[in-house]
This record gives sequence, structure tokens and C-alpha cells, in this order.
Amino acid sequence: MTSMSTKTLPGQGDAHESSTAGPQQSAGRRPFALRSTARGRQTRAAWTLAAPFLALFLAFMLLPVVWSLLMSLTDTQSADLRTPLNVSFTGFDNYVRLFQDEQFVHALRNTAVFVVVGLPLTLAAGLAAAVALDRGIRRFRAVFRVGFYLPVITSIVAIAVVWKTLLEPRTGLVNTVLGWFGIDGPAWLADTRFALPVMILMAVWRNLGTVMIIMLAGLQSVPQSLMEAAELDGAGAWQRFWQVTFPLLRPALLLTAVTTGIGYLQFFDEPFVMTQGGPLDSTLSATMYAYQQFGNGNYDVASAAGYVIFVLIVALTVLQFRILRDKD
Amino acid sequence: MPMNTLSTLPTAPSGADQALRRRHIRQTWGHPWLYIPLAGALLLMIAPFLWMLSGSFKPEADIRAVPPVLIPTAPTTANFHELFSRLDFTSMFANSVTVALAVTAGNLIFCSMLGYALAKLEFRGQRAVFTLVIGTLMIPGLVTFVPLYVLVANMNLTGSLLGLILPFLATPFGVFLMRQFISSLPDELIDAARVDGCSELAIFWKIILPLTKPALATLGIITFLGSWNNFLWPLVVAQNESQYTLPVGLALASSGQDFTRYGILLAGSVVVLLPVTIVFLLFQRQFVAGIATTGLK
Repeated sequence: MTSMSTKTLPGQGDAHESSTAGPQQSAGRRPFALRSTARGRQTRAAWTLAAPFLALFLAFMLLPVVWSLLMSLTDTQSADLRTPLNVSFTGFDNYVRLFQDEQFVHALRNTAVFVVVGLPLTLAAGLAAAVALDRGIRRFRAVFRVGFYLPVITSIVAIAVVWKTLLEPRTGLVNTVLGWFGIDGPAWLADTRFALPVMILMAVWRNLGTVMIIMLAGLQSVPQSLMEAAELDGAGAWQRFWQVTFPLLRPALLLTAVTTGIGYLQFFDEPFVMTQGGPLDSTLSATMYAYQQFGNGNYDVASAAGYVIFVLIVALTVLQFRILRDKD
Repeated sequence: MPMNTLSTLPTAPSGADQALRRRHIRQTWGHPWLYIPLAGALLLMIAPFLWMLSGSFKPEADIRAVPPVLIPTAPTTANFHELFSRLDFTSMFANSVTVALAVTAGNLIFCSMLGYALAKLEFRGQRAVFTLVIGTLMIPGLVTFVPLYVLVANMNLTGSLLGLILPFLATPFGVFLMRQFISSLPDELIDAARVDGCSELAIFWKIILPLTKPALATLGIITFLGSWNNFLWPLVVAQNESQYTLPVGLALASSGQDFTRYGILLAGSVVVLLPVTIVFLLFQRQFVAGIATTGLK
């Protein structure tokens, strides 16, 4: 890096500064060496600062992304992965195969249910918690905030262990509590009807704190004078929320909807540690499917599934921007 | 808080007095009835943690009891003793700390460097770099997972902690966060430093970096938590017990036939959770403030 910069350094910039600094010449068009010192210095500093990140980024992000795309278009079944060039291109065969695989279609449907049910629930619960903490109460706010946020910072493995014991049909707390009300609780994670809903509720439990924190920050940016003006105009609490607060929360809502949505489309941790996608694939997600294919050595199919999820993420994000972006 | 002075006002006639009292309650407590549903919700949120804590101190007899015992009859630390004697939890703990600190340090340094360049310096290719880095935010981890594994395996890093650290040293999210924050700092500071003859890199190091402390704290906490809880990558890459991190060790222990001995697993969960809870409790004010100033722009 230093050798590159010293080559263009000595004297050149200074020599040209006096003669070419005229405003009529646009800086961007001039060749690198002819630029004024200030610009040249900025450019060199910028690339020096960017270089370490970009080196890591190229190696561990960009290269794998492209490599994965290539893999999804090839047949890696027979090839040795240590010589990645020794493969045959098969076009979109892997993608066609994916959508012909009933298991993958089933996994996509589970993922869709997870997003369509879980995402609105998480956003609503997080928003409700934030509004209650910000406008509703004045004491013990920190206690509630920490309590609601605790699941967010918890390791998924620890969560899995605790919830597994809580949901244990015989010795678990959940069925014991239900028993007090005369309800005979099901086997939860071992029951095909309940396993996915339980996962969705767990995800809501785990993620609503994130939404809450960001919404709280958004609520604090709502000017108090605006609320008072609305109150003087005779707007009730409900009206004030929908007419004044909610529109101002749009950016916060968009941010949380997009990030939570991306997370839920990659729904993986819960089934991985709690059910392995079972029982009878009832909690199998698209990402879980891809992971299983990776485990079976089908790197090409796993990569293709990854790209299908990527396309879904882009589609969902675009949709959310359409719906939630400020209309002005 | 200045509203508290209301209570020291001379007593008004009874009707007005009541209205005043109601106002006073409203101003110090908000809506009193809201505490009931909120407390219920709070209990639902923390019940698993109370269960975890109680279970970790339960003796064998309590663990097998039907119906379950909520408060251990004779609290014992046997679960923790067994945990540390059976699994090599001390070395796993050290691994988790090493990896999390290294990953956090890398992100703080590299992301703030690029974040500053993108926010305040003008250079050719700026837009391309920004688009490229931010564009990858949407790429699911699984897309890079397979080639990343092959890459790390080819670099012979699967036998060392470096394989757990290197791929996470620089993340696009960190760049986004730092750029957003640094953009909000006034340009005049930088211009003034330039006029004073400060070099470009010194401006970053001596002027900008100290001002980004709130954003660095937020990024630091998020990165540390993420690394501490990271599970899938260390599970796949760590080849032997000497590289296991806490979540990996706990998961492998829980998938064994030991599951009925869940006192040990709950004790393990407590050990995994404790450090990050402390970190969060210590920094939560700064953390929330950081999100408020960076996340919403």
C-alpha cells in the first residue's frame, strides 16, 4: 500500500496545484496524478483506511458469495471441493430440482408461515411494549426494559435447553400450569400440530425486545409539543397515537420490519437445536433444509437453496419499503 | 420530577384536592392500571430465566419430581461442580472470551476506519464501495456458509481459533452503523484540522475516533453479544474440544444421553448467560442511546 502511494507522491501534486486549481476544470475528470494535493491526499487516506476492511471483506464475504453462486450452477456431487474449478456447469438444474423436491417446497411453506405469522406478532408486541413503557408508565421503566430485552441477549442454545425442559410433557412447567386450569397439555415439540406454533411464539418472545428498544428510541424523537398541540385540539389518546405518533415511527418500523423479516426468513436456530426440523418436517425451514443438504455433501443444492432464500429476502425487503416508506 | 413539588402545595378544597391527587398520581406513575398487564408480560418474559436459575440449583430428587418443584427444596451447587469437572468448561469459557474480544476489536477498528472514509472523505469509487458493502447486508449467512467453510478448511484454519475469528473480523453492519454516526459529526471539525496542517490519518485517529465513542460502544456490545452467542459456525468449524466455545460445548452436552440430567444443562445455560447479562446491564443506557442516535437516521 505504501509503495503505491509513494509512487504518486513526490512533488507532483504540489507542482500542479498552483497551475491547475482553476475552478473551470472539474476535478473528477483529471487524471489521478494531476489532481490537487488535497484531493489526492484524501483519496490516499480513504483507500488506506478502507484497505484492511476491504481485504477481509473480499476474502470472507465477496469471494464466498460469488463462489456459492457458481456452485449453485454446477454439479459438485462428483467434484473434489479442494479443486473448485474441476466441476461441470449444469445451469439451473439445481434450482429446478429444488422446486421438484416436495421437502423443499414444504420447508418453504413452513418458512412462509413463520414470516407471515411471526413477523406481525413480533412487531405488534414490540411496539405495544415500547408505547406502554414510554407513554403509559413512569416508574420501574428500566426494570421492564431490561426484562423484555433479556431474551435478545441470550444464547440460542441456552434458550433451547430451558424451553425444552419447560415444554417437557410430564415434568415441564408449561403443562403443570395448564394442569392447574384443568387443561391436559399436549407433547408440544413432539406434536406435529404444535411444534411450529411453539417455535413462532418462542421467536416472538426472543425478538420483541429488539423491536421495543428501537421503537423506544423512535418514540423519544416524537416532539412533545406536537403531542400537546394535538391534545389541545381535542384528540383522544388513540387518535393521538395513530395521527401523530405512528407516522413518525415509520422509519423505526421499517428498520425493524426489514431486519426482523430478514432474520425470520433465515429461521434456523430454533429448529436446529430443538427439533432438527421434526417431527415429520413440521418445523423444517428453508435454511434448515439447506443445512441438511450441506451436511449430506450436496454443496450445489445447498447453495441453490441459499440463493432462493436470498431472492425471497430481497422481495420481502422491497415489499416492506413499498408499504412502509414515507409517502411524501 | 419537578412535579413532585405538587404534593407540598397547601391543601385545596376537597373536590379540587382529589383532582389534584389524581393528577399527581398520573404525573409520578403514569397509568396505574397499566402496571398489571405489564407485570404479567414481564413475568412471561423472564419465567424461563427464573426456571433456569432455579433448575441449576436443584438436587436430583427435585429434578425428577412430578409435578415439578419451583423452588429447590435443598439448593445445591452440585450441578455446577459436575459441569466444570465433566466438560472442560474453563477452556471453553476462555475460548469464548478470546474469540469474542478479538472479533469485537477487529470490528471496532476496521469498521470505523471504512465508516469514516465513506462518511467524510471524497474519493473515486466511494459510491461503489458503499453499495457493495451495504448490498451484502441482505445476503443470508447460509449463502456464504459453504464456500466459507471450504475456504477456511483450505487455509488449514479449522484446527485453530483463528478459523472462528477471521471470517467475522469485519462486518458490513458495523460499517453501516459507523458511517451513519460519523456522518452526523460536523464537517467543520475536519476542515479546521486540515487548515491546522493535521494529516488525514491523524484527523481520523485524534479527532474523529474519540467522538465516536457512543457508536463504538453500541457496535462493541452488539458484536460481543453476537460472537458470544454464535453457534453454528463454531459448531461446524471447531474440530476438537480444545476449540469449543461455550454454546458448542453446551449443545453437544445436551444432545447426549445426559438430557434427563437437565440440572447440569441448566447450570451450563446460567454460565453462558451470566457474562453477557452483566455486560448488558452495565452498558444498557449507552446501548439504548447508541441505537437511538445511529439506527434511525
